[in-house]
Formats: sequence, structure tokens, C-alpha cells
Amino acid sequence: MLAATVRVTRDLDAAEEAVQDAYVQALSTWAADGVPANPGAWLTTVARRRALNVMRRGRTLEAKLPLLLEPGGADPDEPAADAIPDDRLRLVFTCCHPALSPEAQIALTLRLVCGVATPDIAQAFLVAEATMAARLTRAKKKIAAARIPYAVPRGDELPARVDVVLTVIHLLYATGHTAHSGENLVRDELTGRALDLARMLRLLLPGEREAAGLLALLLVHEARRATRTDPDGRLLRLAEQDRSAWDRELIAEADRLLVETLRAGPPGRFTVQAAIAALHAQAPSYDETDWPQILVLYDELLRLWPSPVVALNRAVALAMVDGPAPALAEVETLERDGRLAGYRYLPSTKADLLHRLGRDAEAVAAYEAALALTGNAAEQEFLEQRLSAL
Amino acid sequence: MAQYAVMIFERVAPADLPPEVMQAHGNLPERIAEQGGRVVAGLALEPPETATAIRGDRVTDAPFIETKEVLGGIFVIEARDLDHALALAKLTPIVDGGVEVRPLLGFQVLEGG
Repeated sequence: MLAATVRVTRDLDAAEEAVQDAYVQALSTWAADGVPANPGAWLTTVARRRALNVMRRGRTLEAKLPLLLEPGGADPDEPAADAIPDDRLRLVFTCCHPALSPEAQIALTLRLVCGVATPDIAQAFLVAEATMAARLTRAKKKIAAARIPYAVPRGDELPARVDVVLTVIHLLYATGHTAHSGENLVRDELTGRALDLARMLRLLLPGEREAAGLLALLLVHEARRATRTDPDGRLLRLAEQDRSAWDRELIAEADRLLVETLRAGPPGRFTVQAAIAALHAQAPSYDETDWPQILVLYDELLRLWPSPVVALNRAVALAMVDGPAPALAEVETLERDGRLAGYRYLPSTKADLLHRLGRDAEAVAAYEAALALTGNAAEQEFLEQRLSAL
Repeated sequence: MAQYAVMIFERVAPADLPPEVMQAHGNLPERIAEQGGRVVAGLALEPPETATAIRGDRVTDAPFIETKEVLGGIFVIEARDLDHALALAKLTPIVDGGVEVRPLLGFQVLEGG
């Protein structure tokens, strides 16, 4: 609804206000006349009409209104219902424009595309409400002043821009998934929102294979989500998780998506990550996992996306194929590289490898280093437990 | 159409720019016009060694902000939106550095100036 209204107002704040007004009007009208057959379309029509009225009143302001749409695109008489999917897609691309900071992209997407209230977004990202409100205001000001377009990017720009959108959705899911600090109910909602967005993108951009890749990846994560912790909230390693509790339906859906996507052409980084996750999901146990194939996929992923985090994950697979010694050498190289300084999974991975090599004294030091870097209660408990087992 | 400043930050001093880069700068208005934009104004700055900063009453021999990439020049373009402006700004020849694109709040050339 907001997306369709922005096309009329060309201004995000004005559109948000019009949508709120429409809800208020709905309360009284629906109470008197009953709920209309299509409440969504009714609300959108009222919001757009409302926005038009406000704009007519403020003609002098119009020159200052940001042009959030492509020239000639605004037709207020156009039926709102058919325009909605397209409008949502435009709105996603506006919110995830590379000219906005990653923090702003994710906050705007939650606020404007998913309709999450600002206090809830603030809570999910562990910042003060005023900070989040200021972040959103700043971003909306930039969209207006710099005229970030309200449009789906052109064909040659599309893949790079889709990558930004997918990165935002992935980050959104990861934030809900890992809960970096403390317990938080709002975070559960983030994973659901991220999945919805991934499904929407897959539907609206059928030609973008990476959109299918991301959806497959999130489906596999979601299938395993309930088993990541035990009933007391303690974190469980992949090897300890109850595989019989994984959601087979979601895994099967991810598999179908992956097969289709891999057939369509060379995979991107989200598709390769999904393939790795799917291999884990299909394995009857941790030890019976197809580690050599996972290592091959990590090599491919590292080629597509030369990130030190990928290299660290590859080291874990390497340990399963060639043993802990060569894996430890890789981790130590990464440590010297310095880009992962402060990344808590580096010392915890190193500790595990040292322990497997019988070098427990060094493993203790590495676990302690990992503990110092995590603020998450479940992860702290997990590390302390590993530490005391040495 | 909206107006944007394209600020050129370059590590190579203007005097050391290769002739083909200078020529590309010369062709820029034409290439921008081909892509539906327009160059409204352009200014090239002497190197930072020639700059004088004034803070309050204090006058010093230096640019106001000292960075490795120095502001070498600015041109003002007209573009449909930020995506268009970014596409046009990418046409700027750069040897070692980059450009910053910023929307203009105002732009004025005074008559008889």
C-alpha cells in the first residue's frame, strides 16, 4: 500500500502519513458500512486519494517534493491493485540503493517494505529508538535530496543492484537467526520477514537466479532453525543437532529451487551457499556428510566471493577432508591476515582444531579469546562448556 | 532535471596528467550530452600547494582538509535522478582516485561577475 502511495506522493513521509490516515478512515467507515470485499485495495485507493488531496493543497511545496519516480510514471487513476507487486519491487530497490549505508538499507526495508514499527526495528538492532528514528530520517532525507529513483534498475545494472537487495535480506535473516546479544522476541520476527522478502523477490524477479539461490539458502536455515539450541537455549553444534527434527518440507522446497537454478546457468554466491547448506541438510549425520563435495563448493564460493569469512568456513570443511593440521595452518594464515580481528568464530574454530590436535593448552587460550569477543549468552555458555571439557 | 556537483579527487597532480586523460576531460561535456545529461559548469583547481586556509582569524598555508586525494576540480551536471547522475559521473577520467557526487542545494552564476 505504501509502495503504491509513494508513486502518487513521490515522497516517503507524505506517503506514510496518507497510509496512516487511510487506516484511521477505515476504522470509522468499516464500522459503519462493514469491511469491503478487498480491504487492501480499499485502503490503497483511500491512501492515494488522501495523498493527492494533501498534494493539491500544498501546490507551492510541490517543486520541493522529491521526484521519487521515473518521469511520466504517475497516473493516479490507474487501478491500484495491479500496480502493487511492481511498486513493492521499486520500493525495495529504493530502500536498498547502494548510495545508502548498509544500516540505512536494512532499517528502511524493514520500515517501509515490511511495515515494522521504528521501536521494533530499534529493539532488533539493539540501538535506542531515537537513534533508529534519526537513522531513518537521515536516509529518507538523502533519498529526497539526492533523488534516489523509485524504479527497478535497468537490465545492465540489475544484477549488481539485486545483489545489494539480496545481501540486505540475508543480513536481516542472519540478525534474527544469530541473536548476537541476549534473547529477543522481535528477532524471531526478522527471520519471518526476511523469508517473506526472499519469496517476494523470487516471484517478482524470475530471471534473477540469485534470488532463487537466496530463497533456497534461507529455506534450509529455516528448516534447521528450531534445532540450533537445546530446550534450555544452549547452542548446539551442527554435529549435535537432532536431524530428525529438521523440516523436510522446507528442505525439499530448497532442493527443487536449487536443481532448477543450477540447471539455468552458472551459480552465484547465494546459490553456492544454498548448495552447501542443502548438502548438510541431506546428510544422515555429521560424519556421513559429503565433505569432499562441500570442500569443492567452498573453493567455488571463495572464487566467486573472496571473503575471509568464507575462507574460515572452508577451513572447517578442509579439516573434515584432510584433517585438522592443514586446516589449522589455513586458520593461522587468516589470523595473520588481520581482516578477521574481532571476529569471534576465528578463535573458536582455531580452539576446536587445536583440541583435535591434542594441543589443549593452546586451545584454552583460543576459547578464552573467543569468549572475550561474544556478547551473546547462548554462545558464551557454549564456549564455557567447551572450555571446561578440556 | 536535477543538478549535481561531481567533485574530482585525484592523487596525480594536474600537471602530471597524461594527455589522453586531459583530452578525455575535454570530451566530457559531449559524452554526457550523448547520454541525456548536461554539463552546466566546470572548474579546475590549481594544486593544493597553492591553497590558503582561513580558520577564524588564523591564516595558514594549506588546503582546509589535507587528504591523499586532493580536490582537483568540480563540475556541475544536470541529470534525471541519482542513478543517471552516477552513470554520467562514471564517465570522468580518473588516474588514481575517484569522484564524489552530491546534489546541489543551489547554483548561481552572477551576471557581470
